[in-house]
Amino acid sequence: MNSLIRSTARCMRSGAAACLLRPADGLVRAASARFLCAAADLQKDLGEMVKKDKVVVFMKGTPAQPMCGFSNAVVQILRMHGVDQYASYNVLEDQELREGVKVFSNWPTIPQVYFNGEFVGGCDILLQMHQNGDLVDELKKLGIRSALLDAEKESK
Amino acid sequence: MLLLYYESHTHGLSYMAVSADHIREKLIKELEAVHVDVEDTSPERCAASFKVLVVSAQFEGKPLLQRHRMVNMCLAEELKAIHAFEQKTLTPEHWDKMKQQ
Repeated sequence: MNSLIRSTARCMRSGAAACLLRPADGLVRAASARFLCAAADLQKDLGEMVKKDKVVVFMKGTPAQPMCGFSNAVVQILRMHGVDQYASYNVLEDQELREGVKVFSNWPTIPQVYFNGEFVGGCDILLQMHQNGDLVDELKKLGIRSALLDAEKESK
Repeated sequence: MLLLYYESHTHGLSYMAVSADHIREKLIKELEAVHVDVEDTSPERCAASFKVLVVSAQFEGKPLLQRHRMVNMCLAEELKAIHAFEQKTLTPEHWDKMKQQ
Protein backbone atom coordinates (compact mmCIF):
# COMPACT_ATOMS: atom_id res chain seq x y z
CA MET A 1 0.00 0.00 0.00
CA ASN A 2 2.81 2.35 0.93
CA SER A 3 4.51 1.88 -2.39
CA LEU A 4 1.29 2.64 -4.25
CA ILE A 5 0.95 5.91 -2.36
CA ARG A 6 4.61 6.70 -2.87
CA SER A 7 4.53 5.96 -6.55
CA THR A 8 1.40 8.05 -6.99
CA ALA A 9 3.07 10.93 -5.20
CA ARG A 10 6.15 10.49 -7.35
CA CYS A 11 4.00 10.57 -10.43
CA MET A 12 2.35 13.82 -9.48
CA ARG A 13 5.59 15.42 -8.34
CA SER A 14 7.20 15.04 -11.73
CA GLY A 15 4.32 16.94 -13.30
CA ALA A 16 2.90 13.90 -15.01
CA ALA A 17 -0.46 14.51 -13.41
CA ALA A 18 -2.01 13.86 -16.80
CA CYS A 19 -1.63 10.15 -16.11
CA LEU A 20 -4.01 10.28 -13.22
CA LEU A 21 -6.44 12.94 -14.41
CA ARG A 22 -7.14 11.42 -17.81
CA PRO A 23 -10.71 10.16 -17.88
CA ALA A 24 -10.71 6.50 -17.02
CA ASP A 25 -12.07 5.10 -20.25
CA GLY A 26 -10.80 1.68 -19.27
CA LEU A 27 -9.64 0.60 -15.87
CA VAL A 28 -6.71 -1.42 -17.23
CA ARG A 29 -5.41 1.43 -19.38
CA ALA A 30 -5.51 3.93 -16.56
CA ALA A 31 -3.80 1.46 -14.27
CA SER A 32 -1.04 0.68 -16.75
CA ALA A 33 -0.47 4.35 -17.54
CA ARG A 34 -0.10 5.05 -13.85
CA PHE A 35 2.17 2.03 -13.50
CA LEU A 36 4.41 3.11 -16.38
CA CYS A 37 4.60 6.58 -14.93
CA ALA A 38 5.67 5.27 -11.54
CA ALA A 39 8.12 2.82 -13.06
CA ALA A 40 9.80 5.55 -15.13
CA ASP A 41 10.01 7.76 -12.08
CA LEU A 42 11.60 4.98 -10.07
CA GLN A 43 14.28 4.60 -12.74
CA LYS A 44 14.99 8.31 -12.46
CA ASP A 45 15.05 8.12 -8.66
CA LEU A 46 17.44 5.18 -8.79
CA GLY A 47 19.77 7.23 -10.96
CA GLU A 48 19.93 9.76 -8.16
CA MET A 49 20.01 7.21 -5.34
CA VAL A 50 23.14 5.47 -6.62
CA LYS A 51 25.01 8.76 -6.94
CA LYS A 52 24.00 10.29 -3.63
CA ASP A 53 26.35 8.12 -1.58
CA LYS A 54 29.77 6.65 -2.28
CA VAL A 55 28.71 3.13 -1.39
CA VAL A 56 25.15 2.02 -2.12
CA VAL A 57 23.78 -1.43 -1.52
CA PHE A 58 20.40 -2.80 -2.57
CA MET A 59 19.78 -5.79 -0.37
CA LYS A 60 17.27 -8.02 1.33
CA GLY A 61 16.92 -6.80 4.87
CA THR A 62 19.18 -4.23 6.49
CA PRO A 63 22.86 -4.16 7.44
CA ALA A 64 21.78 -4.71 11.03
CA GLN A 65 19.50 -7.56 10.01
CA PRO A 66 20.19 -9.08 6.61
CA MET A 67 17.43 -11.42 5.42
CA CYS A 68 19.41 -13.42 2.90
CA GLY A 69 22.75 -15.19 2.89
CA PHE A 70 24.07 -13.30 -0.13
CA SER A 71 23.02 -9.92 1.23
CA ASN A 72 24.60 -10.85 4.53
CA ALA A 73 27.84 -11.76 2.77
CA VAL A 74 28.00 -8.28 1.21
CA VAL A 75 27.42 -6.66 4.59
CA GLN A 76 30.10 -8.80 6.23
CA ILE A 77 32.67 -8.17 3.51
CA LEU A 78 32.14 -4.42 3.71
CA ARG A 79 32.37 -4.61 7.49
CA MET A 80 35.68 -6.46 7.26
CA HIS A 81 37.06 -3.53 5.32
CA GLY A 82 35.74 -1.14 7.92
CA VAL A 83 32.94 0.12 5.69
CA ASP A 84 30.00 0.48 8.04
CA GLN A 85 28.53 3.74 6.80
CA TYR A 86 26.78 3.33 3.51
CA ALA A 87 23.37 3.75 1.96
CA SER A 88 21.38 0.56 1.94
CA TYR A 89 17.94 -0.04 0.50
CA ASN A 90 15.81 -2.97 1.60
CA VAL A 91 14.07 -4.40 -1.45
CA LEU A 92 11.87 -6.60 0.71
CA GLU A 93 10.02 -3.49 1.85
CA ASP A 94 9.20 -2.38 -1.66
CA GLN A 95 8.27 -4.75 -4.45
CA GLU A 96 8.56 -1.98 -7.05
CA LEU A 97 12.08 -1.22 -5.94
CA ARG A 98 12.92 -4.89 -6.01
CA GLU A 99 11.93 -5.19 -9.65
CA GLY A 100 12.94 -1.67 -10.66
CA VAL A 101 16.53 -1.98 -9.50
CA LYS A 102 16.96 -5.15 -11.57
CA VAL A 103 15.85 -3.22 -14.63
CA PHE A 104 17.97 -0.23 -13.73
CA SER A 105 21.15 -2.23 -13.24
CA ASN A 106 20.32 -4.79 -15.90
CA TRP A 107 21.17 -7.37 -13.27
CA PRO A 108 18.87 -10.20 -12.30
CA THR A 109 19.56 -10.65 -8.61
CA ILE A 110 19.84 -8.93 -5.25
CA PRO A 111 22.15 -7.84 -3.58
CA GLN A 112 23.55 -5.13 -5.84
CA VAL A 113 26.50 -2.92 -4.97
CA TYR A 114 27.31 0.52 -6.37
CA PHE A 115 30.54 2.48 -5.88
CA ASN A 116 30.42 6.16 -6.87
CA GLY A 117 27.31 5.63 -8.92
CA GLU A 118 28.85 2.77 -10.85
CA PHE A 119 27.51 -0.76 -10.68
CA VAL A 120 30.07 -3.13 -9.14
CA GLY A 121 28.19 -6.40 -9.04
CA GLY A 122 26.56 -8.78 -6.64
CA CYS A 123 27.83 -10.96 -3.87
CA ASP A 124 29.98 -13.20 -6.11
CA ILE A 125 31.85 -10.28 -7.59
CA LEU A 126 32.34 -8.50 -4.29
CA LEU A 127 33.67 -11.70 -2.76
CA GLN A 128 36.14 -12.23 -5.59
CA MET A 129 37.26 -8.62 -5.39
CA HIS A 130 37.79 -9.08 -1.66
CA GLN A 131 39.80 -12.27 -2.21
CA ASN A 132 42.02 -10.91 -4.97
CA GLY A 133 42.74 -7.57 -3.33
CA ASP A 134 40.79 -5.48 -5.83
CA LEU A 135 38.31 -4.33 -3.21
CA VAL A 136 40.99 -2.57 -1.20
CA ASP A 137 41.99 -0.68 -4.37
CA GLU A 138 38.45 0.20 -5.34
CA LEU A 139 37.73 1.53 -1.86
CA LYS A 140 40.90 3.59 -2.06
CA LYS A 141 39.57 5.21 -5.23
CA LEU A 142 36.51 6.21 -3.24
CA GLY A 143 38.73 7.79 -0.62
CA ILE A 144 38.04 4.96 1.82
CA ARG A 145 40.96 3.32 3.53
CA SER A 146 40.26 -0.34 4.02
CA ALA A 147 40.51 -1.52 7.62
CA LEU A 148 42.39 -4.55 6.35
CA LEU A 149 45.35 -2.35 5.50
CA ASP A 150 45.57 -1.31 9.12
CA ALA A 151 45.13 -4.89 10.29
CA GLU A 152 48.05 -5.86 8.07
CA LYS A 153 50.23 -3.12 9.51
CA GLU A 154 49.50 -4.21 13.05
CA SER A 155 50.44 -7.78 12.38
CA LYS A 156 53.85 -6.84 10.97
CA MET B 1 -5.38 -10.02 -11.05
CA LEU B 2 -5.39 -13.14 -8.90
CA LEU B 3 -3.51 -15.07 -11.56
CA LEU B 4 -0.82 -12.39 -11.80
CA TYR B 5 -0.40 -12.36 -8.05
CA TYR B 6 0.00 -16.12 -8.05
CA GLU B 7 2.65 -16.07 -10.73
CA SER B 8 4.77 -13.52 -9.02
CA HIS B 9 4.49 -14.84 -5.52
CA THR B 10 4.91 -18.50 -5.97
CA HIS B 11 7.56 -19.82 -8.22
CA GLY B 12 4.90 -20.41 -10.82
CA LEU B 13 7.32 -19.25 -13.46
CA SER B 14 9.46 -22.22 -12.67
CA TYR B 15 6.90 -24.44 -14.35
CA MET B 16 9.15 -23.66 -17.29
CA ALA B 17 11.74 -26.41 -17.28
CA VAL B 18 14.75 -24.80 -15.71
CA SER B 19 16.92 -27.80 -15.10
CA ALA B 20 20.62 -28.05 -14.45
CA ASP B 21 21.04 -29.86 -17.78
CA HIS B 22 19.20 -27.18 -19.68
CA ILE B 23 21.42 -24.51 -18.14
CA ARG B 24 24.56 -26.48 -18.83
CA GLU B 25 23.65 -27.00 -22.48
CA LYS B 26 22.84 -23.36 -23.02
CA LEU B 27 26.12 -22.21 -21.52
CA ILE B 28 28.11 -24.67 -23.58
CA LYS B 29 26.31 -23.69 -26.73
CA GLU B 30 26.25 -19.91 -26.39
CA LEU B 31 29.50 -19.25 -24.58
CA GLU B 32 31.49 -22.07 -26.17
CA ALA B 33 32.23 -23.20 -22.65
CA VAL B 34 34.84 -25.93 -22.44
CA HIS B 35 33.71 -26.86 -18.96
CA VAL B 36 30.53 -26.20 -17.04
CA ASP B 37 29.49 -27.27 -13.57
CA VAL B 38 25.91 -26.62 -12.62
CA GLU B 39 24.85 -27.27 -9.08
CA ASP B 40 21.19 -27.16 -8.25
CA THR B 41 21.15 -25.49 -4.87
CA SER B 42 17.37 -25.36 -4.73
CA PRO B 43 17.01 -27.81 -1.82
CA GLU B 44 19.03 -25.44 0.34
CA ARG B 45 16.89 -22.46 -0.54
CA CYS B 46 13.35 -23.68 -1.01
CA ALA B 47 13.29 -22.09 -4.48
CA ALA B 48 14.89 -22.59 -7.88
CA SER B 49 18.55 -21.78 -7.28
CA PHE B 50 21.71 -22.63 -9.11
CA LYS B 51 25.43 -22.30 -8.75
CA VAL B 52 27.48 -22.45 -11.94
CA LEU B 53 31.10 -22.64 -12.91
CA VAL B 54 31.76 -21.67 -16.51
CA VAL B 55 35.09 -22.01 -18.27
CA SER B 56 35.32 -20.31 -21.63
CA ALA B 57 37.93 -18.68 -23.84
CA GLN B 58 35.35 -15.97 -24.51
CA PHE B 59 36.14 -14.64 -21.02
CA GLU B 60 39.73 -13.87 -21.86
CA GLY B 61 40.65 -10.24 -21.41
CA LYS B 62 37.22 -9.38 -20.02
CA PRO B 63 36.75 -7.87 -16.58
CA LEU B 64 34.74 -9.78 -14.02
CA LEU B 65 31.57 -7.76 -14.32
CA GLN B 66 31.52 -8.17 -18.08
CA ARG B 67 31.95 -11.94 -17.78
CA HIS B 68 29.07 -12.15 -15.36
CA ARG B 69 26.92 -10.07 -17.67
CA MET B 70 27.71 -12.46 -20.52
CA VAL B 71 26.45 -15.36 -18.44
CA ASN B 72 23.41 -13.35 -17.33
CA MET B 73 22.59 -12.55 -20.93
CA CYS B 74 22.97 -16.16 -21.98
CA LEU B 75 20.55 -17.22 -19.25
CA ALA B 76 18.26 -14.18 -19.41
CA GLU B 77 15.06 -16.21 -19.80
CA GLU B 78 15.98 -18.79 -17.18
CA LEU B 79 17.00 -16.16 -14.64
CA LYS B 80 13.47 -14.80 -14.65
CA ALA B 81 12.41 -18.06 -13.03
CA ILE B 82 15.44 -18.54 -10.82
CA HIS B 83 15.42 -17.19 -7.31
CA ALA B 84 19.12 -17.30 -6.44
CA PHE B 85 22.10 -17.57 -8.73
CA GLU B 86 25.83 -17.84 -8.04
CA GLN B 87 28.45 -17.91 -10.74
CA LYS B 88 32.15 -18.31 -11.17
CA THR B 89 33.74 -17.53 -14.53
CA LEU B 90 37.19 -18.71 -15.53
CA THR B 91 39.33 -18.69 -18.64
CA PRO B 92 40.63 -22.11 -19.75
CA GLU B 93 44.12 -21.07 -18.62
CA HIS B 94 42.98 -20.18 -15.13
CA TRP B 95 40.94 -23.37 -14.94
CA ASP B 96 43.96 -25.50 -15.89
CA LYS B 97 46.04 -23.76 -13.24
CA MET B 98 43.38 -24.39 -10.64
CA LYS B 99 43.15 -28.07 -11.55
CA GLN B 100 46.86 -28.49 -11.04
CA GLN B 101 46.75 -27.16 -7.51
